[in-house]
Amino acid sequence: MKYVIALLLGLVAGIALFLAGLIFNPLMVERGLSPLSVTDAEVIALSFDRVASDNIVLTNDGESQQQPHPAKILQLWEAPIRQTTAMATVMRDARGQTAGIGIKFASRSEATRLLEGKALVDSVWYVYLPGRGSLFVRQNENYWPLLRDVAFPAYRSAADKWKGTWNGDMTAGPGALGTAAVTGGSGKLEGMSTIGIESLTVRAYSVDEGLVAAEGRLLIEIPDTGEDL
Amino acid sequence: MLKTFLFGIVLGILAAAGILYAYPAVDQQREASLVSVAPNGGTRETFHINIPMDRIMLGAPGQDEPVPPGLEWPGDRLLSSIRVELFKLRNARDAVVGVAARTAAQDGDATVIDWVLHLPARGSVFINMQAEPEEGGYRLGYFRAGAREFEPLSGFLTERWVSDTSGDEDAPAGRIELQAGYTSMQEQPE
Repeated sequence: MKYVIALLLGLVAGIALFLAGLIFNPLMVERGLSPLSVTDAEVIALSFDRVASDNIVLTNDGESQQQPHPAKILQLWEAPIRQTTAMATVMRDARGQTAGIGIKFASRSEATRLLEGKALVDSVWYVYLPGRGSLFVRQNENYWPLLRDVAFPAYRSAADKWKGTWNGDMTAGPGALGTAAVTGGSGKLEGMSTIGIESLTVRAYSVDEGLVAAEGRLLIEIPDTGEDL
Repeated sequence: MLKTFLFGIVLGILAAAGILYAYPAVDQQREASLVSVAPNGGTRETFHINIPMDRIMLGAPGQDEPVPPGLEWPGDRLLSSIRVELFKLRNARDAVVGVAARTAAQDGDATVIDWVLHLPARGSVFINMQAEPEEGGYRLGYFRAGAREFEPLSGFLTERWVSDTSGDEDAPAGRIELQAGYTSMQEQPE
């Protein structure tokens, strides 16, 4: 009997060791500097709210951490869209002025590999900027650093909350340098093909509500066409 | 007994790694694609949106009854000529397979109408529609960009409104019918 108990205790310890190794794995290196932060090209810098109640609408399956907003919005409960979030939000320029409207669809990715530190989300943005035109951004996002640095410490804290400042690039592809693919659809942006990065700043996180104080940014590199975009 | 404990640790590590490796963390529900071969090459697929049941959001200024109830459309003048709609998207078998966004905007003299279709198990496609409808009451648009399954494809999308004539009490008012035509980048239609 004592051997069975020793084996079970060993199993539990092994699983715990494995999970700790997964979370604190020093070999999972951060990508570091975003390629757009060292580019010489001009960028379109847009910011947006990442807290559900600050968006125009946000909906999901209704059982996720982030509650749909407004409360009576149609929820995405059907099986093929249950792991999807849809959001419409105001996009602001670098001075904090309204620049346009952004719509984001994000679905959990089947390419997720937790063993490799990849908690992936396939997402697309549609951004309409009056006077400039429309943009389509497609990207894979990796939420692993956010889970490791913010969500996990929140779960460990007695208050189920995390406070601090966390900055990170969410975009992990499809570009080789971890950039999103951006296509212009109309107006001055029509025909444009370039790269972008979505990043996130989190200041407060709650296990019950998800992001409590957070802001997102979308940086789009402007190709040198000689036109003023 | 120490050896058994150590063996348990190794077994636990291997079991946890094996489970994470073998079982997908995410498994999207797939509906079979209902695609037909077009006579002039490429393939066709039809989607539709039942109105009002599948409308998630209708964002536009000055609405008396916003959808969803409680929606507050931003009052900024810059957004006064934009109308954004979010929908659930259904396939030809009436099963929800994705979500879609339709944006209509007046930008000076230009009218912009864009669709984004997002099918979680397959990918997304961005379509820029022509401002004026064609004869027959449908509007035509062309693929601008796609993600995943739609990335290597070019093609077109038509949209048209079909009113319900069934007279059923619980029938929708009508539906937006979307027909997509896909061709690979190598065989673009002229």
